[in-house]
This record gives sequence, structure tokens and C-alpha cells, in this order.
Amino acid sequence: MQITGTGIGQGVAVGPVVRMAEPLPEPVDRPSHLDPKLEGERARASMSVVAAELMSRGAKAGGAAQDVLEAQAMIAEDPSLVDEVANRLENGKTAERAVFEAFASYRDLLAGMGGYMAERAADLDDISQRVIAHLLKLPAPGVPDPGHPFVLVARDLAPADTATLDLEKVLGLVTVDGGPTSHTAILAREKSIVAIVGAADATGLADGDTVIVDAANGLVVSDPSPDEIATATTRIAERAALEAAPVTPGALADGTSVPLLANLGSADGAPEALRLGAEGVGLFRTEFLFLDADTAPSVTDQQAQYTKLLTAFAGKKVVVRVLDAGADKPLSFLNDAAEENPALGLRGIRALRHSEVILREQLTALAAADAATDAELWVMAPMVATVDETRYFTALAKELGIRVAGVMVETPSAALIADRVLAACDFASIGTNDLTQYTMAADRLLGTVAKLQDPWHPAVLRLIADVGRAGAELGKPVGICGEAAADPLLAVVLVGLGATSLSMSPSALADVRASLARYSPDDAKSLAGAALAAEGAAEARAAAQAVASEITTAPQAAP
Amino acid sequence: MVERTVRIGSTHGLHARPAKLFTQAAAASGAAVTITKSGGKPVNGASILAVISQGIDHGDEVTLVVEGGDEQTVLDGLVDLLLTDHDE
Repeated sequence: MQITGTGIGQGVAVGPVVRMAEPLPEPVDRPSHLDPKLEGERARASMSVVAAELMSRGAKAGGAAQDVLEAQAMIAEDPSLVDEVANRLENGKTAERAVFEAFASYRDLLAGMGGYMAERAADLDDISQRVIAHLLKLPAPGVPDPGHPFVLVARDLAPADTATLDLEKVLGLVTVDGGPTSHTAILAREKSIVAIVGAADATGLADGDTVIVDAANGLVVSDPSPDEIATATTRIAERAALEAAPVTPGALADGTSVPLLANLGSADGAPEALRLGAEGVGLFRTEFLFLDADTAPSVTDQQAQYTKLLTAFAGKKVVVRVLDAGADKPLSFLNDAAEENPALGLRGIRALRHSEVILREQLTALAAADAATDAELWVMAPMVATVDETRYFTALAKELGIRVAGVMVETPSAALIADRVLAACDFASIGTNDLTQYTMAADRLLGTVAKLQDPWHPAVLRLIADVGRAGAELGKPVGICGEAAADPLLAVVLVGLGATSLSMSPSALADVRASLARYSPDDAKSLAGAALAAEGAAEARAAAQAVASEITTAPQAAP
Repeated sequence: MVERTVRIGSTHGLHARPAKLFTQAAAASGAAVTITKSGGKPVNGASILAVISQGIDHGDEVTLVVEGGDEQTVLDGLVDLLLTDHDE
């Protein structure tokens, strides 16, 4: 049987399914119909089973992890906790509820102490869920650890779950919920995990089923035949060979250069991006400096971070996006007003213009870092919708010492008047995630409209073509820095539409590099033309695929 | 019943690993052990949650009380644990 979803990346994986149990609901506070003594025996039995499990996991893990797990095992049957549970059982509560409340009371106590203690509070929640799951004879929630490589099947992953994923063991990931820009999809892309998100029918997969996860085709094959497994295994080997291939600059078949750049969220990702062949940075997100902060970081602090990044990419191009707050990334010191439609609200350049001192400080720190290093710094503004905003940003950037200033094209308005926007700045970079969201009027965070969030839609492609044409006429660079650039076939279409560079998660570089090398500039234009003429996203993809197959399977012309 | 007052030797106080080692030893001793942070209330020395929730830091004074079994040996052993810097 085949289950369809949205594939992330181009990978393939084969392995046994392990399902992730869903978080347990809070036990209902109802009177127990059992004797408190019996309830007490149930509670203590489950507590000691969980303690024994944690001890044995600790013994297997060894090292520092063993100390942590042993401490958790002791907490699971802590005498003070047993007393707290017993008190509640005397009042007629069920074992589940008593365990829940007893753990919660210590949890709140530790959380209130702050610092190290507050971090341990989350451990208590985890142990509490384990004990309650055992009482209810349900599987323990959280990422399972079956002790062998597996394909993880989950409704969706919480950020805390993804942090604990053991990438040595997780062969592939299938989620029932989530779209191509969900948290899980972004993580899978960053970590190069073979993943399918939004696979609604994956609820039917059972523990131990062997499945093929085919991200390139957005398919999960359950109960595969030996032939299918053999084909998948061959593809896995081919991909491993591709990744091991020498890294060359991005170029089309005739040698036309298409620089392949990295999207980075902090300077820490620089070494990995360079190893994978990034020729620079096409999108450096600066939000990490500001998130979790009540006030903007100082110019000195910012300058240190930018210097670190620019030093890592000495001699290469680095495009930094100034703070893109608002919508899904709210910052209280920029905009604390509750908005009905935050995606259409005071965000990006609009919020910065409203709090200009923050923008001035950021541009000052960037210019200082640029002066002290050898990278080629370009700076761009997010969420630009008008020529007026473009002029405002470039004038301010130049005043503060930025040499190359451009804008992101994420709104249909900026794309539709791209000739006038580009005339007022040095370059444009198309953010395909937001451009798709605004063109299709579909919230990119909303699973129910995830199908509309597809950059293959001809309406989106046509806007990109407008920007590409304007860039070519004015001789100004037009980059792509959304997830669309990471799709190897769409990357060729984007070049055909006029993109001069492509920026993506570093893990996608190898696939896109290999794909571009198969097509000439005319081929890319043919693919783009076929996609533009289609009536929908699926049709555009199929049309481009058909042209691509003709090109790659055509007999080579005699020399 | 025997008791002694000592200062905590571990750099990061009686949290994490030092707290685990102490409560493990207290529970294994079979004796009734309480630990009191200076100015606080006595808590069960065999309860890791009770011990860590006292927020006992490096250099804090604590009083140990041991009752039952080979009290003096148990007390000596626990005092050694509290004086050692386990975080080195």
C-alpha cells in the first residue's frame, strides 16, 4: 500500500516502524472506586517499574547520561513523592490523579526555584507521564528508544522531541500532521532526515511494519516487495555516492554559473555549510540574536556575532537579512499589540521603520563587522511591499555604511512592480515561502490549507518570472532564498525564470548541484515555460518533469 | 541518634550528581537520615526530590541526623560525601 504526503528532501529510507505515543491527557479528578490501599499498590508498582526502566536505560547509556537517568530513576520512586501520593489516595483520588498531582506539586516547586532546578522540572513531567502511562497500560509518550534503527511515525513532533532525536537510530520520519514549512519539516531539512510530513494515512501503520520512506516522491510504501526494497537500497547507495562526490561550484550543463548559497540561522552552521560546498550565504537570519530577549542586543554584541559569520566566509558573499520580527516570530519590544492578522500586520521592514533605532543599530553593527572582515556583505530588508519602503531602507543602509543593499520579494506587490523596486536598490532575493503564502492567501502555518502552500503554483512562478525579467533588464541580481530552491527540479525552473543564485538549507546543496548540471540554459527555460503554462501546482510539476525526462533521456547528439 | 553540622564541598552544591550520590547512600544505609539546611526544616535524606528542593549550595551549612543501625559509621560515610567536591 502507498501512503502519500509531502516529502522533505530527496532521500530514501527502509526500516521497521516505531510509533511515537501521543501525550497523555491530564487524568480526570474523579473519586476512585478502589480502596486507597489497592490504589497505593498500583501506584507504587508502576513507579518502581518506571524506575527500573530508567536504571536499565542508564546502564546501557553509560557516562554522564547514566548519572542523569539514575537520578531520574530515584525520583520515580522518591519517598517524599510516595508520601504525597499516599496523602492524595487517602482523600479518595485515583492512583493516576494522585501521581499526576504529586509530581505536579514538586514540578511547580522546582520551576519556582529557577535556574538549574527549573530545568529539572521538565524531567518531572516526563517521569510523571511515564508512570501514568504505565498505570493506564499505554505506551510511554515521547520519542521511543527501541534500541535499533527505525522509522519514526508520529502525529507531529514537538520542538522538545526533536531535540532528543537520536539521528544514528532514526532512519526516517513520517508525520501525520504538518506541512512543508512546519517545524518538523524544517528540522528534517536541517538535519537531512528522510521525512514525509502530512501523511494522513500513516495512522494505519503499526509497530514493526517494514516501510520504504521515499521523500523524493512523497510516498510511504508499506508492506514493500523484495524488488521494491532492492530498488530503494540501490537508491540509498547512489545518494551516498552523490554526497561523497567532490564539491564543485553550482553551474548548468554548459558551465553557466549559478552560485549555490546556504540559508543559515546562526554562525554555528558555517563550517557544515562550507563542507557541503556553500559558495556563500544567501540568507542569514538574524532573529536568533533577538528572540528570547526583552530588549534588543547591543551594537557590540551584534557586531561580535556578525564578525564571526563574516570571518567564516572570508572572500565569499554573505547576504544578511535584518531583523524579521512579527507574524510567527513576535518580539515584544518591537510590537506588543495583539493583531487579528499578524501575517498582514506590523512585521518585517514595517516594524523596523516603526522602531528605527533598532534598525539603525543593526545596520551600524553590520557595517562595522564588514569593515573588519574580508567577506562581501550584502544586506536586505524583509517584507518590502512598496518602492517607498525600498528607498527608505537603501538610503538608511547606505548612510550607515552598508555597500550593497537590497530587498526581499515576499509580497505580490513587490513582485508586480519589481522593475521599479529593483531600480531603487542593488538586488532582490525572493522569499518563496512568504511569497506563496501571500499569493495563494493561505496561512503557511495552517495544516488545513497546506496544499495551497506550494511554490510550484503557476501564479507564484509567474511573479518570480516578473522579478527575474526585471533583474535581467536592469542587470541586477535576483536570488531565491526560500525552500523552493531546495527542490532539485524546481531549482532548474527557477533558474529558467531568471534566478541568478539559489540559497537553501546546506543539506540540499548536493542534490540541487547534481540537478542543475543536467540542463543547459535553454533547457531550464523550456522547463520554466512548461511549468508557467500549467493550470495548477501539480500540473506544473508534472509538465516540468515531462520536459526534464525528454531532455535527460534524449540520445546525445553525435560530436 | 547522632548528628553533625558540615559545609557542602561540591562546587555546584547539593544538586544533580552529588545529590544523587548522597540520597543513594542515605537510602542504602537503612538508618533514618534527615538533612537540614541552616535555618530550614529537616527533610528526609533518602529523598532526592526533598534534598534538591532545599536549594543547598556550595559552602552552605547543613546538619545531618542519623538514627538507627550503625549510626556513627553511617554518619561518617555521609559526612565524607558532603565534604567531597564531586564536581571536580
